[in-house]
Amino acid sequence: DVVVSGGGLVGSAMAAALGHDIHFRDKRIALLEAGARKEPGRLPAAYSNRVSSISPGSAALLGSFGAWDHVCSLRFKSFRRMQVWDACSEAMISFERDNLEDMGYIVENDVIMAALTKQLEVVAERVEVFYRSRAVGYTWPLPQHGCDTSPWVQIELADGRRLQTKLLIGADGHNSMVRKEAEILNMEHQYDQSAVVATLHLSEARYNNVAWQRFLPTGPIALLPLSDTASSLVWSTSHEHASELLAMDEERFVDSINSAFWSNINHTDFIDAAGAMFRSAVSVLRPSGTAVRQLPPSVAKVDPESRALFPLGVGHATQYVQHRVALIGDAAHRVHPLAGQGVNLGFGDVACLTQHLSAAAFDGKDLGSLKHLLQFETARQRHNVSLMAVTDVLKRLYSTTLAPVVLLRTWGLQATNALPPLK
Amino acid sequence: MASEPLASLFYCDLGDVSFQTGPRGTLENATWKKHLKSSSALPASLTEIKSLFTMKRLFSTSRSTIDSKEMKKFQLLSHKWWDEEGEYSALHSMNDIRVPFIRDTLLNMRNHHQLGNPLSGLRILDVGCGGGLLSEPLGRLGASVTGIDPVEDNIRTADWHKSFDPILAKRVQYKSSSLEEIVEESVETFDVIVASEVVEHVADLEMFIKCCYQVLKPEGSLFITTINKTQLSYVLGIVVAEKIIGIVPEGTHEWEKFVPPEELQHLLESSGFSVKAVNGMLYNPLTGAWSWRESRSLNYAVHAMKCERQGGPGRAEPSPGTQGRSTRSPLPQLAPACDPSPHVVASRAPRKVLHRGTSPHLLQQ
Repeated sequence: DVVVSGGGLVGSAMAAALGHDIHFRDKRIALLEAGARKEPGRLPAAYSNRVSSISPGSAALLGSFGAWDHVCSLRFKSFRRMQVWDACSEAMISFERDNLEDMGYIVENDVIMAALTKQLEVVAERVEVFYRSRAVGYTWPLPQHGCDTSPWVQIELADGRRLQTKLLIGADGHNSMVRKEAEILNMEHQYDQSAVVATLHLSEARYNNVAWQRFLPTGPIALLPLSDTASSLVWSTSHEHASELLAMDEERFVDSINSAFWSNINHTDFIDAAGAMFRSAVSVLRPSGTAVRQLPPSVAKVDPESRALFPLGVGHATQYVQHRVALIGDAAHRVHPLAGQGVNLGFGDVACLTQHLSAAAFDGKDLGSLKHLLQFETARQRHNVSLMAVTDVLKRLYSTTLAPVVLLRTWGLQATNALPPLK
Repeated sequence: MASEPLASLFYCDLGDVSFQTGPRGTLENATWKKHLKSSSALPASLTEIKSLFTMKRLFSTSRSTIDSKEMKKFQLLSHKWWDEEGEYSALHSMNDIRVPFIRDTLLNMRNHHQLGNPLSGLRILDVGCGGGLLSEPLGRLGASVTGIDPVEDNIRTADWHKSFDPILAKRVQYKSSSLEEIVEESVETFDVIVASEVVEHVADLEMFIKCCYQVLKPEGSLFITTINKTQLSYVLGIVVAEKIIGIVPEGTHEWEKFVPPEELQHLLESSGFSVKAVNGMLYNPLTGAWSWRESRSLNYAVHAMKCERQGGPGRAEPSPGTQGRSTRSPLPQLAPACDPSPHVVASRAPRKVLHRGTSPHLLQQ
């Protein structure tokens, strides 16, 4: 009835969500994954360098089919506060929820995958996972099909097997083959940036429940807590700098990180004065003042072998759905990691699509019918496009040292930090 | 005075056929019906039917519910059923409210059901199934559906469309036949009968309902959706829908054949049904969506249950709750007890009811 192409975080979550849905009890779902099956072994002691920031909404989705419990039993770190500041000025903004509840969770991607795989096995009679399978060809149905052609999507796998399905869900990443074969236009743009990831050890143990991000002119650097002594680094910077960072020895690498967080080299007197003036003006209007500025941790060492880099870009498919096809996750939209939203958008797609498909199944509808797929598309595009636009604007705004722009963004950030409604 | 045997009653789903009749056609049909009362019209109608049906359709009994003119209308567009944006788009979107209505009503009456197959174990007869637009969703929800339609082309289209889905192909069966034909072989075999957008195309409504009664199991359910006969339905349902906006092919409906809910209720109750719910429906041509509403002046849906002959045990009123995540389908109560004696509906009569003096549907007793 449904084939999900792509067994990554978003694809597996989609298959699991449908498999656990009560209205899909008699339906058959297939998940196509090009990689091999990961044996559920013990979790390695060292942290993996690929982590994701999971929002409470995504955690709720994972919890809805029982995967979040597995994550909790493995490992994760919640954070309560996020502090974001500029390298060119003193402006900063911090986010936290009322009552200091968890704002989000930092979870290694491997942990999420393990949890999802476990939940997929629970519903194995409905969800069949095809490992090491890659689709090589698709036959699309015509909307008004002729006499003998099947109205369903035909998928040909590399090993010659053929599947046919009422609905094909493409969750195969930003180079989605489903999207390309369905001839859905993708507006994409490669940033001149790569992200460097690593696992770091802090110089001293602390209550590590704050996520730190500083906007450098070359790109944002972020420190995401993994435990009281370890954090994960995500540093988006130019391609050359990224390769340099990977090539340097560990000591120099750690020094660059620390200086990125602590150095005031990009400050200018002018901006500092302007910033201070604005701050005193704000404190007149709001005597309670703005949030307290905390100091980020300093890094002592980096896990060997944990440095890696990957290129960044942005992309958005012009259509998320077509007759009998739907795109979710990075296949539909790809964002910069500066807001930590990439996988959360994907999980949001999963939640929305599952809801629409479940209602359609309960109404006895044909699952691949464009009507309810379009409703899914409208709902998600409204949400995704605005978030992607803001992320892109922020990235461009903070990638310059031009004084007027810095001034504007300094004041803007200070103002936003001072005004709760704006935040 | 029993009504004269009619040549044939024909029932079909809404939609179909660019049949250019307009007001002239309405008059023609009205007079034609009067003629049918006299047997001299019989040979003429039978000949017409012969030319349309295949030989096996000629019944030895001259009683029938099929209206040959109606049949012609639907024959022309039999290949257009499954075009969701085409002539039948309003019917496709009607599934969004009629399937939940049927499903929730039936679920409320069952004590337990299989998750994922809420209607499993039920045998449903879809009268005037057309291309199978309603049969397929009901089949997907687990029911065993038999769809009947006199127009062979419709059955062919329906069979072809279901053939691609192996599960549907087993659950849904189609037959090209009229209601009377299957009465003999299927007395009390169906749990549910669905006659959606059919009774306004039927020539002898009373006989149609009697046939439904015979084919239903005791305490079985009958679901009907049709159009009310009011000034509003003439203006919006025929003039605007057919001639101005064109959401319904011209000539599909004749206002004379529309059935007011009071009349339908009267007929149902005098034939041994107890009417459980009558809900108004409204189509919004801008959004292409149907919704429930209080007033029944345009379209409405009816749920009735077959009673035991001697006023059997009254059914508990189905609660208006729904199961699972579904759109709400309202189930207001009208007849609290399963009482076959006819009674007048006092409340909520549509404001613009016209004089129905010459309607041939009325049973004179």
